[in-house]
Amino acid sequence: MAIQRASGIADFGGTQGWGPMPTIDRNEPVFPEPWEGRAFALGLLSMRLSGTNLDSFRHAMNRLDKDAYLEGGCYGRYVQGAENLLLDSNIIAPGSVEARAVNLSGGSADEPAAPEPQKPDYAPTAGGSIRAIEAAPRFTVGQKVRTKVQEAAGHTRLQHYIQGHVGTVAIVEPPQVLPDTHAHFLAENAQWVYTVAFDSRELFGPDAEIFTLNTDCYEDYLGDAS
Amino acid sequence: MSNELTVNDHIPIELRTEALEDLLVERGLVDRTVMDNFIKTYAQDVGPLNGAKVVAKAWTDPEFKERLLANGTTTVAELGFKGPQGEHIVVVENSDDLHNVIVCTLCSCYPWPLLGLPPSWYKDPVYRSRVVKEPRAVLAEMGLDLPDSQQVKVWDSSSEVRFFVLPQRPAGTEGMSEEDLVPLITRESMIGVALVAAP
Repeated sequence: MAIQRASGIADFGGTQGWGPMPTIDRNEPVFPEPWEGRAFALGLLSMRLSGTNLDSFRHAMNRLDKDAYLEGGCYGRYVQGAENLLLDSNIIAPGSVEARAVNLSGGSADEPAAPEPQKPDYAPTAGGSIRAIEAAPRFTVGQKVRTKVQEAAGHTRLQHYIQGHVGTVAIVEPPQVLPDTHAHFLAENAQWVYTVAFDSRELFGPDAEIFTLNTDCYEDYLGDAS
Repeated sequence: MSNELTVNDHIPIELRTEALEDLLVERGLVDRTVMDNFIKTYAQDVGPLNGAKVVAKAWTDPEFKERLLANGTTTVAELGFKGPQGEHIVVVENSDDLHNVIVCTLCSCYPWPLLGLPPSWYKDPVYRSRVVKEPRAVLAEMGLDLPDSQQVKVWDSSSEVRFFVLPQRPAGTEGMSEEDLVPLITRESMIGVALVAAP
C-alpha cells in the first residue's frame, strides 16, 4: 500500500488560535457519552483485526482532515482511525459504514459485499515497542544535539515545533521501534531514544516564557551539535 | 420518513460508531463482551486512584521513592500497576524549585496504568498547542499560579516513554498515614496542572 501523508492537524505543539483553556470538570466521566466507550474499544480492536500496529493506528488518525480529526474529540478520532485501518486491510468495503448507518437510521441503502481481506505483510519481532539492540547509543547525557528538519512522507513523531533546534540530551531512554517505518510495515528499525531538553527561547525566541521543554527524539531525528 | 439520511450525507459520529460495531459484530469479527470488558476496565478499574497510591507511598516510604525515581516502571509494578501505555514509566518530582507538567502534543499519550484514560481537556487542541509554548499562562488559566522562582519543565510525550508527576506533599500533612493521604491526591496534581491541597 502506498504511504499516505498525515494531514498535519495532529501536530498541535506551538500552534496558535485555539483560544483559552476550557473550564475543567474534575468529575468528568471517563466516557461522557456511551458511544465514546464503544469507539474506544473499536479503536483498540481495530489494530489486531487489520493486522497492523499502534503506530499505524496513530497515523490512521493523523490522516484525518481537520474537520474529521476534531469531530467527536479523541474517541471520534479513534473510531475514524479504526475505520481507516479496516479499509486499508480490506476488512470492510468502502461505503459499507455509510450504508449501514443509513440502514440503522431507518433509511435504505445497498450495502457492499464483505471484501477479501488484504492485511499487510507484517509481524512484530516482540510485543510492545521496546527492543534490545546491539548498537551503543550515539549520544550521551549532556551532549548538544540538533533535530532534523523534515516534511515526512508518512508517519513521524518529530514535532514541527522542535525541528531544526538545538537541545541537550537529558535522558537516554530504552531503544524502541521507529514509528516512521513501523507505521508503514517497512521495518521496526529499533533505535535509541533520547529525552532532549530545549530552552524555551531556543524554540520560541527571546521573548518566550522561560522554561525547559523536554521531549523524546528517536536517534534518526538527531544530529550532533556539540 | 421525510428527512431520511442517505450515504452522501454527513454521518454523525455516534451513528458511524454504531454502524462500524454492527458490521463487525455481524461478521463475527468483534465480540461485544470483549468491548464491554475494555470499557468497564477503563471506566471503573484503572484510574487515577492507582497513581494516588503510588504518590502516597512515595511520600511515606523514602526507599520506595528512591526506587520510583530511579526506575518508575519496575517500582510501580511492585504495586501491581502495569499494562498498556505503561511500557516505560519515568517519574519526575516536583519541589519548591521545580514544577513539572506533562502533555502529548501529537496525540494523547498518558500513563494509563497509573492514571487511566486522560480527561478531555488533556486531549484538546488548546492544551496540546499552548502548554509547550506558554506553560505558566496555561497553568494560570487553570488556577495554578507558579512563582517566578520556580523552574518549569514541560514533558511532551512523543515516544513510548510515559511521564508521571510526583507532586509535592502539602504542609500540614506530616502526621497523616499513607492511607489517609491517598484521597488528597488528584489526577490534576499527577499531570502537573494543580498542586495537592492539605485537607
